[in-house]
Amino acid sequence: MHEIFFYFLVALTALSSLSVVLGRNPVNGAMSMILALVGTAGLFAMLGSYMLAALQILVYAGAVMVLFVFIIMLIDIPATAAYRHHWGTLVAAILSTLTLGGGLTFLFLAPEFRQSMPEIAGAASNGSGLVFSSQAVAYGAGLMGKYMLLVQVVGILLLVAMIGVIVVSKDLRATNSGKSLPTPPAN
Amino acid sequence: MMLSHYLIVSGILFSIGFLGVLLRKNTLVVLMSLELMLNAVNLLFVAFSRYNLSLDGSIFVFFSITVAAAEVAVGLAIVVALFRLKQTVFVDAFNEMKN
Repeated sequence: MHEIFFYFLVALTALSSLSVVLGRNPVNGAMSMILALVGTAGLFAMLGSYMLAALQILVYAGAVMVLFVFIIMLIDIPATAAYRHHWGTLVAAILSTLTLGGGLTFLFLAPEFRQSMPEIAGAASNGSGLVFSSQAVAYGAGLMGKYMLLVQVVGILLLVAMIGVIVVSKDLRATNSGKSLPTPPAN
Repeated sequence: MMLSHYLIVSGILFSIGFLGVLLRKNTLVVLMSLELMLNAVNLLFVAFSRYNLSLDGSIFVFFSITVAAAEVAVGLAIVVALFRLKQTVFVDAFNEMKN
């Protein structure tokens, strides 16, 4: 049962990822991307990280993909002209992808990775590392304890990103051409 | 399930995202493929974290997701700004730094 579910999730994620990469319509691509992210969330849940599965669906499949769909609808791309490649580009892209995928698969088939997952219940602390747990309270304790500084740094990063988006989104050409500047009254 | 199952899935997803980044000319699809690659790495993090029974890798995924969200926000703002400039989102049009 476990394995059937695993292979179902893998097929869902891989096929929808391929649909993102090869599909012609970006809106369909965004929908397939949501499916791929939900499939990955299912894999997270199978690994016992229920908290990360929920976060993945909330943040990635929810917020980030809504932003994508919104922008795709906003800028109205013509669906044609998606594929006009030099054949050299095509061959190079496919060759390098096959090399990367084959290399990674070969690497991950090494005998030291062919181990079954240990039981979560038998987890014990080994020095400074946090112990794996499925419960959300463990994540909270880790974030508010050991990784407090990192949480604050990420907060500053989000603030910087927000300011950056506002600056980039402002139409600077309007002010440069002098249209928005009021002309002084001639007296 | 063994550890290598999850690792191979992660490698395949990363390769698919890589293909999208190399192959596609639509900037939005390139950004989505980048997200796929980040997602594959997140899966790798969680699989190793579960295998080693250490929560640190899982907590790192929190930060990875946050940084990815910030990256998407800035990236999409840049795409919109470029669209205003060129009326297209295809990467061939963006060659300001060439000359």
